[in-house]
Amino acid sequence: MKMKTIKTCVTALISALLVFSNVAYADKWSDQFPHIKATGDIPGECSYESMSKKDYSGKTLKINTHAVPVMGEPTALHAEQFAKLTGAKVDVTHTPAGDLYAKAMVPFQAGQAPYDIVFGFSNFINDWRRYLAPVPKKYTDMKQMKDVTPSHIGIASWDGVMYQFPVDGDRHYLKYRKDVIDNPEYQKKYKADTGKELKVPTTWKEYGEMAAYFNDWDWDGDGEKEYGSAEVMKKDDLMYAAFYSRSAAYSKNPKTPGGFFFDLETMTPLINNPGFVEALTDWVAATKYVPPGGINFGLGDEIGSFGGGQTLFSFSWDDAFVAAMQPDSPINNKVGAAQLPGSTKVWNRKTNSWDEGFNQAPFFVWGWAVGVAKKSKEQEMAFDYLCFFANEANHQADIGIGRFGVNPFRDADFQADVWTQIGWDKDIAQSYVDTLAEMEKSKNRVFPLRVPGTFEFNAALATAAAKALAGQLSPQDALDEAAKQWNDILNRVGKDNVRKAYSVGVAMEDNKL
Amino acid sequence: MNFKHKFVFLFPGLFVLIGILIFPIIFTIRLSLSGWNSYTPEMNFIGITNYIRLFTDDPRFWESFFRLSFLSVSTVILQYIIGFALALMVWKEIKFKRFFRVIFLIPMMTTPVIMTVIWRTFFHESLGPVNDLLGHIGIGPILWLSDPVIAKFTVIIVEVWQWTPFMFLLLLAGLLSLPKEPFLAAAIDGASPFRKFVYVTFPLMAPISIGAIIIRLIEASKIMDTVFVLTSGGPGTATETSSFYIYIKGLREFQMGYAATLSFTYLVIMIISLTIIAKVLTKLMIKE
Repeated sequence: MKMKTIKTCVTALISALLVFSNVAYADKWSDQFPHIKATGDIPGECSYESMSKKDYSGKTLKINTHAVPVMGEPTALHAEQFAKLTGAKVDVTHTPAGDLYAKAMVPFQAGQAPYDIVFGFSNFINDWRRYLAPVPKKYTDMKQMKDVTPSHIGIASWDGVMYQFPVDGDRHYLKYRKDVIDNPEYQKKYKADTGKELKVPTTWKEYGEMAAYFNDWDWDGDGEKEYGSAEVMKKDDLMYAAFYSRSAAYSKNPKTPGGFFFDLETMTPLINNPGFVEALTDWVAATKYVPPGGINFGLGDEIGSFGGGQTLFSFSWDDAFVAAMQPDSPINNKVGAAQLPGSTKVWNRKTNSWDEGFNQAPFFVWGWAVGVAKKSKEQEMAFDYLCFFANEANHQADIGIGRFGVNPFRDADFQADVWTQIGWDKDIAQSYVDTLAEMEKSKNRVFPLRVPGTFEFNAALATAAAKALAGQLSPQDALDEAAKQWNDILNRVGKDNVRKAYSVGVAMEDNKL
Repeated sequence: MNFKHKFVFLFPGLFVLIGILIFPIIFTIRLSLSGWNSYTPEMNFIGITNYIRLFTDDPRFWESFFRLSFLSVSTVILQYIIGFALALMVWKEIKFKRFFRVIFLIPMMTTPVIMTVIWRTFFHESLGPVNDLLGHIGIGPILWLSDPVIAKFTVIIVEVWQWTPFMFLLLLAGLLSLPKEPFLAAAIDGASPFRKFVYVTFPLMAPISIGAIIIRLIEASKIMDTVFVLTSGGPGTATETSSFYIYIKGLREFQMGYAATLSFTYLVIMIISLTIIAKVLTKLMIKE
């Protein structure tokens, strides 16, 4: 009995010491680095405490990242923290999104490494991987990496080798004005006027009907007109991703594995099949319920428009949702998240006909990605920086700031508590994490195109879709034009080269990886 | 002086010429004969494949070229007319002449990209002040940037605003350097202001006008920043110009070899067309 009491006391003492020592660390580091004041330092291989034991004095780390704020701001912030902790000098260069690829690729191809770390998008992986150092086992085996979802491990890797250090997780989903959709008065009015239920849209047709109904009148009583939907429709400004999101439900048929963008066997482009044409036809109709000038909205405009309370719906990355939920937003705690709408039919390319029935397919749009140059002489320091960037304390602080562009990619992020702690309503936080978690579980997912010449393929599609939106071509003609260009690109790049690379993405979509 | 010594003096200039003009052109020609892109990063030799693609299978380049021709000719004509009118205005003895001269030059002194961002904000269809003001008098909203036709005129407005001062400056310098005698003779003959302009001022200004128009045409044909910031070539491809298209092919899609083909072809077309334009203008404006 005595022995048991002693054991209990010792255990309690040790536990207390451990707990209090953690708090002591947290206080110590969050005093110096207020960015992590909510959590303090969280122990781990790349925590503030661990990094403070490294000495990179006299060494310089060079980073090329995106312009401030999206990804550029957290890069610079964590660079400053890393420099203070390790004694390293960190030079951060900020580059516009459109030039990130070329700014790294030109020196890569010339055999140089002006930057130790290069930021870009995850669909650069196929072009960049030959110039990037694989993430060492030491990091892939770390606790913080084990929490990364399998989808995002897949996105950061090629053929099982991780080339991009996970710092962000992106996907497209639906954002809606909860105060309108859940409003009993509007539900009654909508029913009376249309004979239909006002609810979170589950198909693109419902989305279009509701957006058209709530278009061009003041439905929130602020004295300004509101509109149906804000979407990324500007050519060369990620609009191709928005189009894939709209197409997934009509074209990603779980009964026909073997490719969403191409038929993997024949490498025939599928982008002009009736599924994609239906999606583009819907999208052309959407030009009638976007705000004036909405056809020229880039991502920033879309975030500003929905986040500023101008539209009922929006669909794209997390940033607009997180921005809308920040305390200074006019629609704070008035928004909801849901899966991308689906469709009541999906194109079957084997039978050349529509399969009737509900279909939905989440789109794991590429996210921010970052790698270390193979020719970098400071690889160890570079990986340490990335590991520090994504450590648990930094990550938790970063994901709550909409403008940072750092979005959930770890299992721990899919807990509602993480979000209620930063002021979100419990229901909204739950709907948000449920939406993200359901996407992870889906067996009918679409992943970004990651093949040689990705840029050419996406640009050709974006140009064609933009022509349709501007009324220059019909949806079918526009997509036929894009498909012809895709064939030309295939011939230039080589069908087998593209097939080999595409098969990796198809394996992920077909749940074989 | 020994003939060889002349070469010694010529060398620095020749060296610079080779470095900044001849070498880049030769390199561009060589690059245009290669398939350099993101997946074949080498100066391989593919003959005239890129040129065949350009002339047989790239209507987008030619559409962008004709669009550029429309935009550059129309902006330069407007800049010439407005610039000439402003120059005539401050050439005369008017009150606050110096003040107006400075005011008219302000747009040219601003940074084009920054000003285009400001114009884009002005013309933002739902959040910008232009549609807001027009809305108060019952007009609009006008789709300044998202209607394929109106967007072209928006680009023209911004270009004319930015570069008319340059035309104004050249023409004012020309007006100030004109001899006084022909104007005195016209005054003695009792010529009206209109006849003085048609028969004296305009002919005397013709050589300067041609120079100013050609300089502006060369500059306007490189229009890129305004399109890039204002419309990104959209909606669709409605405002895409040659230089913007070359930028997309080269630095967005990383088709370096093909972008070099487009650049070299564009250079040749511009040299030929500007030479023809200069000859035609000389014939039309300068009478023997």
